[in-house]
Amino acid sequence: MAKIKSLADLRNMKSDLQAKIKLRENANNPESMVQIKVGMATSGIASGAKEVFNYLSEELAKRDIDAVVTQTGDMGYSYAEPTIEVTLPGKEPIVFGYVNIAKADEIIEKYIKNGELVEGIIPVNYRKVE
Amino acid sequence: MAKYKYNVLVCGGTGCQSSQSALILENLKKEVAACNLENDVQVILAGCFGFCEKGPIVKIMPDNTFYVGVKPEDAKELVAEHIIKGRKVQRLLYVDPETQKHIDDSKHMDFYKKQMRIALRNCGFLDPENIDETISRGGYEALGKVLTTMTPNECIEVIKKSGLRGRGGAGFPTGTKWEFASKSVNDQKYVVCNADEGDPGAFMDRSILEGDPHSIVEAMAICGYCIGANHGLIYIRAEYPLAIHRLQIAIKQAREYGLLGDDILGTGFNFDIELRYGAGAFVCGEETALIHSMEGNRGEPTFKPPFPAVSGYLQKPTNVNNVETFANIPIIITKGADWYSSIGTEKSKGTKVFALAGKINNVGLIEVPMGTTLREVVYEIGGGVKNGKKFKAVQTGGPSGGCLTEKDLDTPIDYESLAAAGSIMGSGGMIVMDEDDCMVNIAKFYMGFIVDESCGKCTPCRIGNKRMYEILDKITKGQGTMEDLENLKYLAEVIKDTALCGLGQTSPNPVLSTLTNFWDEYVEHVVDKKCRAGACKDLMSYQINPDKCKGCTSCARHCPVNAITGTVKQPHTINQSLCIKCGTCKSVCKFNAIEIK
Repeated sequence: MAKIKSLADLRNMKSDLQAKIKLRENANNPESMVQIKVGMATSGIASGAKEVFNYLSEELAKRDIDAVVTQTGDMGYSYAEPTIEVTLPGKEPIVFGYVNIAKADEIIEKYIKNGELVEGIIPVNYRKVE
Repeated sequence: MAKYKYNVLVCGGTGCQSSQSALILENLKKEVAACNLENDVQVILAGCFGFCEKGPIVKIMPDNTFYVGVKPEDAKELVAEHIIKGRKVQRLLYVDPETQKHIDDSKHMDFYKKQMRIALRNCGFLDPENIDETISRGGYEALGKVLTTMTPNECIEVIKKSGLRGRGGAGFPTGTKWEFASKSVNDQKYVVCNADEGDPGAFMDRSILEGDPHSIVEAMAICGYCIGANHGLIYIRAEYPLAIHRLQIAIKQAREYGLLGDDILGTGFNFDIELRYGAGAFVCGEETALIHSMEGNRGEPTFKPPFPAVSGYLQKPTNVNNVETFANIPIIITKGADWYSSIGTEKSKGTKVFALAGKINNVGLIEVPMGTTLREVVYEIGGGVKNGKKFKAVQTGGPSGGCLTEKDLDTPIDYESLAAAGSIMGSGGMIVMDEDDCMVNIAKFYMGFIVDESCGKCTPCRIGNKRMYEILDKITKGQGTMEDLENLKYLAEVIKDTALCGLGQTSPNPVLSTLTNFWDEYVEHVVDKKCRAGACKDLMSYQINPDKCKGCTSCARHCPVNAITGTVKQPHTINQSLCIKCGTCKSVCKFNAIEIK
């Protein structure tokens, strides 16, 4: 192994290695970043949720957006699969339906980056039991 | 580098490893490989998560799913269900004892809600055997910052200002200690890490060394720079093999990266660390005894002054700090003294790690801000007393500490408040006792420990503690007198005043605190010859309740000494002169007819 010769080298090394633990760091403070849940029950997966999940987690990293992408069970909107729930820091969660790769890209570019709403929002029609 | 979608962390602490967590790790890795998921899933060996009660623990991130009691054969299901299908494995989730609900997110567990992890910041988060993980989380950056931008005095000032006090128990201000050592003029000085954790039931230091060894290595180098030492020694007990193994790896990796050795980070500063193994003597946690043991002499304390800061290892100025104290150093440097001193109480800053043990639901390793109350620790984090029994006392500070009772539960945890309540902070052992624990017996246990561990150098500790033990033994056998109780108090005071080192001076504390808080119980043992907890065998007897006994003869058949007689279908009786109080009859009786009197 090569020796680390200066503090600057150490810091460079840190930023190179950060990807290794980035996911864990983000998961420790999910409230401070974009949280996305992808509905991945059988019907979700069948309509391509897995691809959307992979796309979102890869693209958000590529576009330098701190986010926690997790998978979750059936959200109940079987007619609109794949569905994802996006929570921006300090905002109420919003559910999007019919999310394919193109839609996911649009959601990242418009809603996540600029807070602009896009087509495909499913209005909240349920309450969570606290 | 691959962008992982999941990180699967497997606890690699001693507790979980003894329940096959190493095999769980291996199985998970195999399973991930078998499913071609290596680019999506990173399986990591991690340090202790603290929730040892429910180990082995597997945590899956980013969704913070916390699986408890995992077995090696569960690996397949975890990968197939959680990773591939996205369904949490319900049966392995933690169940909240009160609501009986499955909790899938560790952030929602009562155990973690009140905790603040500073010394344990990397435990259960990083792979302790991989220096790259440490560096990726800012490891060794504090050392770099100190070496390139601060003078030793500036760094000592930061530590002083942070208010950090020694976590080994006595609570001496760390910055001041460093200042003493830095002011000693000598061509050779030493930094020593005291990892001789000896309190019964304590495992804070072990868990830090196992979970985050690089923080200790880094902190020792910082200390070396501040006091002008190039040589560090870690005194660790040989009975901590995993901690030793991880330290060896950490030191080797740090050397390979040039973070230990000559010309660290191109600054011209040299520092290296070696390990010294202790044989597990309690007294060697006392700094002068520790130094003598490292020199190859008997582990016996010597009178202070001279303090180690003036004349320590090989008569050179030496700074000795405890593991947990060191664990706080790098983050204080990185985040600043003001940040650290904003946590805690007026005189006790920061957090304290405790090893929760005894009759408590959530046995484990916790870290709370100073000022948290004992009640919060016992009931909210610890989940209360086991099996719904009644809380009786909590012992803090190990054999040098004391027992605190219900009335003290709202005491905030800090050095001064615990001392005022009659105990000490100590190194962080916290043992909870319930109604089945006899306090005289507990005092006897600690005194027995001290008698075993006393080095024998000074008379008060060697002979005084032995006499105290004998008196306690007499009381638990029902032969005590009121005069014995007075003698206990008198002896305790004399030993406190006259013993040579900290071990002896604090050794009567468990007796004194139980005498104060549980005087009635002592008197009961002496006057009524009774032990209300039923723990002192000589003071109790098994008796058969004739109203409940059906004469089934089960007890008589099982009694190993044939002390039970009676005819079939008639109430039986126990011959007390033959009975050895083994309790077999009570456990085999189907009618609850055997009673302890």
